[in-house]
Amino acid sequence: MARAFTPKVITANALIEGDVIYLTADDQWSRDLSQAELITDEAHAQLRLLDAESQVAEVVGVYLADAKPGENGPEPTHFREDFRRTGPSNYAHGKQEAEANV
Amino acid sequence: MYKYNDFDTAFLAERNAQFRAQVARRIDGSLTEDEFKPLRLMNGLYLQLHAYMLRVAVPYGSLNSAQMTQLALLAEKWDKGYGHFTTRQNIQFNWPKLSDVPDMLDALAEVGMHAIQTSGNTIRNVTSDHFAGAAADEIEDPRPVAELIRQWSTDHPEFQFMGRKFKIAVGAAAKDRAVLKAHDLAVRIVQNVAGETGYQILIGGGLGRTPMVGQVINDFLPRADLLPYIESVVSVWNQIGRRDNKYKARIKITVHEHGIEDIRARVDARFALIRPTFTGADQELLAEIKTHFAAPIFRSAPTTTYDAAYDADPVFRAWADTNLAEHRVGDHAIVTISIKKHGATPGDASADQMRTMADLAAQYGYDELRISHEQNVILPHVHKSDLPALHARLKQHDLATANIGLISDIIACPGMDYCALATARAIPVAEQIATRFDDLKLEHDIGHLQIKISGCINACGHHHVAHIGILGLDRAGVENYQITLGGDATWTANIGERAGPGFAYDEIVPAVERIVAAYLDLRNSAEETFLETYRRVGLSPFKAALYPEAQKKVA
Repeated sequence: MARAFTPKVITANALIEGDVIYLTADDQWSRDLSQAELITDEAHAQLRLLDAESQVAEVVGVYLADAKPGENGPEPTHFREDFRRTGPSNYAHGKQEAEANV
Repeated sequence: MYKYNDFDTAFLAERNAQFRAQVARRIDGSLTEDEFKPLRLMNGLYLQLHAYMLRVAVPYGSLNSAQMTQLALLAEKWDKGYGHFTTRQNIQFNWPKLSDVPDMLDALAEVGMHAIQTSGNTIRNVTSDHFAGAAADEIEDPRPVAELIRQWSTDHPEFQFMGRKFKIAVGAAAKDRAVLKAHDLAVRIVQNVAGETGYQILIGGGLGRTPMVGQVINDFLPRADLLPYIESVVSVWNQIGRRDNKYKARIKITVHEHGIEDIRARVDARFALIRPTFTGADQELLAEIKTHFAAPIFRSAPTTTYDAAYDADPVFRAWADTNLAEHRVGDHAIVTISIKKHGATPGDASADQMRTMADLAAQYGYDELRISHEQNVILPHVHKSDLPALHARLKQHDLATANIGLISDIIACPGMDYCALATARAIPVAEQIATRFDDLKLEHDIGHLQIKISGCINACGHHHVAHIGILGLDRAGVENYQITLGGDATWTANIGERAGPGFAYDEIVPAVERIVAAYLDLRNSAEETFLETYRRVGLSPFKAALYPEAQKKVA
């Protein structure tokens, strides 16, 4: 029996800055996971992934990451994605400092 | 210090211009990421968890104050104000922008530095003893040989796209400070019974998912044969090494599967073929390289200021006892600057700290610095009379932690805080252990004890050869830490034994504390080190201390 599809977001790194980014429902790239589109349908996820992967001049390393609905939008389900969301745990520094301090 | 000649300078300028054009073509869409990735990796540029990471080579860990100052500039201008010194004697910048990397490489070239072959399936940055040129126990300075190998391997056409990476280390001292036995190939400068100097060659060492200790393939190689012999080894491995499975591609697996005798026969055959093509130019080059590594003219002066400070100032004395090593000239010392302040990220230095160390090298250290695989910075030559002033400056910049070789002098890979391959964090574990034992005020009583932490099975943190090794894994979506005990990174190298089931993130520091408490109970005297005690009593008593609940069930 096929495994049930778990909700996903599309994530990548920005081509120039390398920042962790997420695809929003209105086809923008956000640095804030809570603004990402939470995809609950597998076929839709594959289409969105193909679309994101085609944006080679903007992004790099596109993939689907597990997420769950939260009070303020999608939240990570695994600690790896949590670190990607917040930044390193040894320093709260730079562009992700704000998220680390939330 | 090796100074780049016109050829080196032109080579770097050409290479950087080439990469600048490649970056431009990636940004304008002419190159896909699949096409660009091998090109960026050839220039040390990775894409990590949060950002790009530029890995800069510090060949054999040796640099001068101008180079260290330039690294500070890179940290400040194009990164977040700090750099990370690694177990491969490199420095990594964790936050560069893709569009800035060509400028960073040009800035490095200004001081004769680069990022070539710090990534990819090629011969990586050649490493060496961080006390090279200064140690009292070395036969000769190993760096000219390391530089010769660097020049030979850089852009070597046969070795740019191999089955996997290949790591070479060079040592020349009685004590191994370069983890030689954990390298794909190790060159040990030795003397035979006739008093001739030559090379002992070891191959097939390596850590990672299949840790192995290197084996001797040639016990005494004449000096003139070095490059053709190394070329023969790499060539044989490149030809017969496995390419069906990247995890079985390193030379350690080739040696394991074929046996050292078979590999030796193949290398000898290859050597017979290519030896005549080396007509002596390599030896002329080595002789020329050696002139760059002439020892400084060491000044001679009384050491009374040092003696007085040592007697009067307990803080200075504690630092001197742990952070100084014997220099080959009696009134000098080798200074290890700890980049391991308790609770700080092992190996991270701020731009201010880098400039301070560069200034101190220029003022007191004959303009020389080294990076150790233990993620510290060395001033190899300091006159003892300068040590009190130097120590005072180090204190002002949070660089005077007196913990070299102690429990808080921890090697930790970047782990999941930075690395795309990691399965758990390493840095915060190191920070917590260091803080805990600083709070307990026990580390000087504990004495020499190496803790090494890796955030994944690739073992960049060298956990297999630690007295107490810690491996971070992902167990069902939770960080879990396995402990190995009794590893050794020196000439008596061996792989540590796994103690048992792993520990959760919040259990690992108490677990280490239980091991250390057991050691303090078990040791014969304060002079018996952790490793000596472990070798005497074995794993069992430590296991009993680590898993007290299991002991209760048995009872």
